[in-house]
Formats: sequence, C-alpha cells, structure tokens
Amino acid sequence: MPPFVPLTLFALVVAAIIAHVAVPSVRGWLWKPIAGLGAFMLVALWYLGLVWAPPEQFMSDVGRILYVHVPHVWMALLAFTLNVGCAVAYLMKKSFVTDALAESAAEVGVYFGAVGVTMGSIWARPTWGVWWDWDPRLISTTVMLLAYVGYLALRSFTEDPERRATWSAVAAILSYVSLPIVWFSVRWWNSLHQVQSSPSTVDKPMVQVLRWGAITLLCFLYVFIVKRYQIARSRQTAAMELPPLEAPRPEAA
Amino acid sequence: MTAESRNRLIAVGAILVAGAALSWIAFGNIGENLVYYWKPSEMLAQGDKAYGATVRLGGVVVPGSVQWSPEHTSLTFDVADTHQPAAPKVKVSSEVTPPQMFREGIGVVVEGSFASDQVFKTNRLMVNHSNEYRAPGSDGGMPSDWKGSLSQADTTTEK
Repeated sequence: MPPFVPLTLFALVVAAIIAHVAVPSVRGWLWKPIAGLGAFMLVALWYLGLVWAPPEQFMSDVGRILYVHVPHVWMALLAFTLNVGCAVAYLMKKSFVTDALAESAAEVGVYFGAVGVTMGSIWARPTWGVWWDWDPRLISTTVMLLAYVGYLALRSFTEDPERRATWSAVAAILSYVSLPIVWFSVRWWNSLHQVQSSPSTVDKPMVQVLRWGAITLLCFLYVFIVKRYQIARSRQTAAMELPPLEAPRPEAA
Repeated sequence: MTAESRNRLIAVGAILVAGAALSWIAFGNIGENLVYYWKPSEMLAQGDKAYGATVRLGGVVVPGSVQWSPEHTSLTFDVADTHQPAAPKVKVSSEVTPPQMFREGIGVVVEGSFASDQVFKTNRLMVNHSNEYRAPGSDGGMPSDWKGSLSQADTTTEK
C-alpha cells in the first residue's frame, strides 16, 4: 500500500463530513451505508484479528489487541486534528457550524482516546507486567485527554454562544500542542512504550488486519462525528430560538 | 475593530503561543531534565551519586546472565545498554516474579536502587516490548507449528 493511502482515506472521511454539513439532502442517508459498512467490517475484524491472523511470536494471542488499540488512538488523533481545524476555521470566519463540528470532534476524540488507553492498559498488564507506569507516552497521552476533557468542560462555562465558541476555539488550539508531544514522546525520551512500528517491523498479515481495523474505525469515526454534530446543531438552534427572559406580566398575577 | 478581525487576531495569537510552547518542549533542554529511566552507561557515569536513590534503569537482558535462586523465587541478571557484547552493563537482583514476557535479550525497565556493591536491587520489573510484531517461527520464539504447541509454550526463561 503506498504511503498516501491513509491520508487519502482520512481526506475522504473529512470530505464526507463536509458533505454532511453542507448538503442537507445527504444528511438523511449517507451515514447509513457507512454505518453498515463499519458494522460488517467490525464482524469481519473479529474473525480476521482473532482467528485469521497468526499470534505474535512472544506475546502469543495477547498481541492481537494491537488491531484495536492502535486504531482507537489513531482515531482520537484524527478527531482532535479535525477539532483544531474547525477551531481555526471558526476564528477566521465566524460560523456556528464549525463550532458545532469542533465540539462533536472533541467529544468523539475523547471517547476513542479513552477506549484506546484502556485497551493499552489491558495490554500492558500481561506484556510489561504492570497496568500503568508514568512513562513519557502514557503521561503525554493522559495530559492530552485531560486537555480535551477540560475543553469540553470549558464549553459549559458560559451561556453566550459566541463567547463559548471563541474561548473554546482558543482552548482547542492550545490543546492541540499535546498531539505532536504524544506522537514524538517515544522518540524524544526513553520510554517503556515502544516506538512507532512500520510495515517493515510488522509481519504482512498483521499489517493487513491492522489496516482493516483502522478502516473499520474510520467508518465509526464518521458516523459518531456526524451524529454528535446533529445533536450539537439542534442544541444551538434551540438555544438561539429561545425567547429572551421576560419579567412576569402584571396581569398574570 | 470588528468582531471578525478581533477573532482573527485571537487565532494568530493562540497559534503563536501553541507553536512557542511546542518548540520549547521539542527543542529546549526539557528532554535532559525529564528522564524516565537511565541506561546502564548513564547510571554508571553518575558515579557515587547514583547510589541509594530510587531510580529506573532500562536496557536489554544480557543473554546467558539470568540466574534463578534454587527455590526459583528470586533472580539476578545483567542489563546492558544494547545488544552489543561490549555494551556497558549493570547486575540486577530482583525479588519479584518477572512478567511472562521476560526472557534473555528482551528490553526491561527496573525500578529500585543501585548500591556500592554494584548490584541494582529492584522490586518492580517491567518488560519493554519492541515495535516488532512477528508470526512464530521466524526468530525462534515459539515453534512454527504454534497451534499445537501454544499450551505448552514456555516463555519464562529459556528458548
């Protein structure tokens, strides 16, 4: 597989998200075939990952968690990248559409990141011998997730949609600093977590299943983000259509 | 100033702050002050200062150096910087049962303290997996007919 394929796939997902946001006629149906594809690929992933792929030579069956742990964290990084893109877009051209998309991407990213870290901890117990240790990769990932949990908390600090969007866009840009640190933490510092693998360090059938898992979760990333975006949009419209608070009318008493 | 141009200014400001923070972490000397573990050569270079403090030591288990106590409850082994035979190494004595993945040649991180008798005593032994994922049979981990031998596979000490 040429190196540009993963980026092309992510670009496709972003294009589908933009289509969902911009084209009302797409909203009703596009998520359905993608959700169906994701569900089918997930069932196939169980077979491919648990039966078809060989066990790892030293970790045996434990190593199979690779096929879900790594894609989950990848999805978190992609979601946070979409989040920062939306945040910059909001500041450049005020639009509550990008603000709603940023909120949904951050929340979905926290979900994928938290699941990925939990899976990593489950993997660490039998391989490293501990559930957790404060190594640079684990510290930086924790900081990243806490930054985005803080971002989501910040959004509920104010009732004013414009201030919320502006403040949280700044918080999104600052939180994004944690991403390159997570990525390079295993190279910048001595760590317990291994450095990134590449197709040359992973046997071919395992690479194929890992990619299958990544595409499966890309489908779910799309569905989760657009569904969460719909919720964020309807909350925004509901908040904006709300009549201003009035003093009780004298004759009502 | 309109709200839009103010927002653009905020965006540029936030990106500048974020970029500055990132480059400070990436290119500043923060990496020298944050150390998760020492390699044997780094610990030995500290001289007397390394004695007594609780630190982490990381490296690879020297093949042929693993020695279990007669009751198989504690063990000693050498941890070296690299797989090179001449790499600096430190003797480690562990009172804890190592994880199943532990074997000769694998990466380990041990937490404990170094004493003037040149032995590093540890009560927390972690195994560091490399970024290589291979099917059985290629490097002599498990026999190639893995399906029949999984139940008997002994991954603790010897190959």
